[in-house]
Amino acid sequence: MTAVVALEAITTATRRRRSWTLVVGLVLFGLVLATAIVSLFWLPYDPADTAGSRLEPPSLAHWAGTDRLGRDLATQLMIGARIALAVGIGSVAIGAVIGITLGLVAAFAGRVLDDGVSAFLDILIAFPTLLLAMLIVAAQGASLWSAVLAIGLAMSAIIARLTRILAKRILALDYITASRTSGTGMWGIIWQHLLPNVWPTILVNLALQFGLSVIAEASLSYLGLGAPPPNSSWGRMLKEAEGTVLTAPIGAIAPGIAIVILVLGLNLIADGLRDIGDPLRRVSARAVPAPTTEGPR
Amino acid sequence: MTIYILRRLVVLVVSLVLASIVIFALLRLLPGDPANALLGVGATDAQISAARAQVGSDQSIWQQFGIFLRQLVTFDFGRSFISNLPIGPEITARLVVTLPLTLLSFVLAVIIAVPLGIIAATKSSRWYGATISAASQLGIAIPVFWVGILLISWLALSAHLLPSGGFPRDDWKDPAAALRSLTLPVLTIAIVMSASLLRYVRSATLDVLGSDYLRTFRSLGGSFSGTLVRHGLRNGAVPVIAILGIELATTFLGAVVVESVFTLPGLGSMLVLGISQHDYPAVQGVLFVSTLFVLLVGFGADIAQRLVDPRLRDTVSGNRP
Repeated sequence: MTAVVALEAITTATRRRRSWTLVVGLVLFGLVLATAIVSLFWLPYDPADTAGSRLEPPSLAHWAGTDRLGRDLATQLMIGARIALAVGIGSVAIGAVIGITLGLVAAFAGRVLDDGVSAFLDILIAFPTLLLAMLIVAAQGASLWSAVLAIGLAMSAIIARLTRILAKRILALDYITASRTSGTGMWGIIWQHLLPNVWPTILVNLALQFGLSVIAEASLSYLGLGAPPPNSSWGRMLKEAEGTVLTAPIGAIAPGIAIVILVLGLNLIADGLRDIGDPLRRVSARAVPAPTTEGPR
Repeated sequence: MTIYILRRLVVLVVSLVLASIVIFALLRLLPGDPANALLGVGATDAQISAARAQVGSDQSIWQQFGIFLRQLVTFDFGRSFISNLPIGPEITARLVVTLPLTLLSFVLAVIIAVPLGIIAATKSSRWYGATISAASQLGIAIPVFWVGILLISWLALSAHLLPSGGFPRDDWKDPAAALRSLTLPVLTIAIVMSASLLRYVRSATLDVLGSDYLRTFRSLGGSFSGTLVRHGLRNGAVPVIAILGIELATTFLGAVVVESVFTLPGLGSMLVLGISQHDYPAVQGVLFVSTLFVLLVGFGADIAQRLVDPRLRDTVSGNRP
């Protein structure tokens, strides 16, 4: 009886705490998403408009000041939101489609193919996202598409390994055997039993990977290997403002805060989703994903 | 254990070979002749074929791959397309910057993260425990190069405490000067790395705190800290070692970006320069050495895990279900 009461207490207390995490995450993410959507229809200035005076501090005319060419920083920040989200969504889409497919193939395949795919994934995961991205940029040239492709491919290895492990765990359960003996085919098993069970965990990881891809894109752009001008990525804005950090600090601070808002929002969403998917999880234990799903960033 | 090490060694070598194939294939099979990178627009046919002979792109892909493999085995890596200097010594010279940067950052990150992570777990109901957890949540959302920019503006440009970048020309002949130029980069990487490391230490500690063996031992009269040190540390260490391996590899990558912030002449800046100049031998060499480092660290972490936890020894990879 005591145990039941204690269990309920934990569940309700943590549930409240958890939905709060998700709400904050959604608000932060929504802020960036709204900015990006607005930027599609309206911008304060033309991004190429260099009419403003140089390195102006924030004012009513220029909310975030101007850069060293006199361009409006608020405009660039808004376009940056668009780019960050485009890279994130694009790479998550690539990572999810390739990753989940490959993971399922490995889980269903015979031992030889499974071992082969697993070994290949281990190598890809050992190959850090940023290095893989730089390799693809080296071969393809710097562009938004190269960045999306590279980050998405690196992500797909991580998602594939996760899907494979989760799927194998579920395929070994008795009710799958029961379902198979009663005549459900492979696709039936996948749609009815496998995907509904693995989806929550994969969704949590996709949210985390979204955040990592935003940082990876910013790093690439900072190194000059991301989307070329006139795409004002937050990473490139930081690179350009680096030299004038003392005279015009806003330019070197605002894009950084924008990145933190987006990534923090996504991480909080991931935490919130994980808690909803597993309400019995101890309050704060395993607040980070199991090590098996991670690779060097 | 010996059998395990031998099997793991085979995995290491196979991974390395496969990784070099990936590096080679991605750089060569994609469209574009590296010879074009050497020449400007309007080069004559004779110049083009001379350039192709110089970079080796006139040979078949299999011949090129053979040359590439031979270079890797001998740690030769060929010559730079741009400067025509051998790549191997260049990499060694730059490792002198990157390796200390990586290792110092890693050690500092561990020194920060382990005690704070344990405090965050054991004192999670206190305000400072919660503050540490919140700070680490913020820390994993911050791009490492931004921390570098902010630290430069505060500690180097405003306060003039430390150099804002660069590295002594004579490397480590003056260790004090070398350390001074590495201080800010090390601090930058350590701040960001310790945030994610802290979260793993915290969750590993929480797992140990919730375990039945700890409760049993305490019910037999063991003191809290005594029990934690005697039983908790060893059990909690296993997942943390796995993460330490990944974190060390991540630190190495953090170095790639941070070197650009602080204009350090390390492997990272060599890689970025190589990519922008289409200097394939340089890119190949740096990527190979980086992959070797990452794989060796993974190898070391796997062995260390099994030394700490004998139960893992009969599995090839502790991660497999």
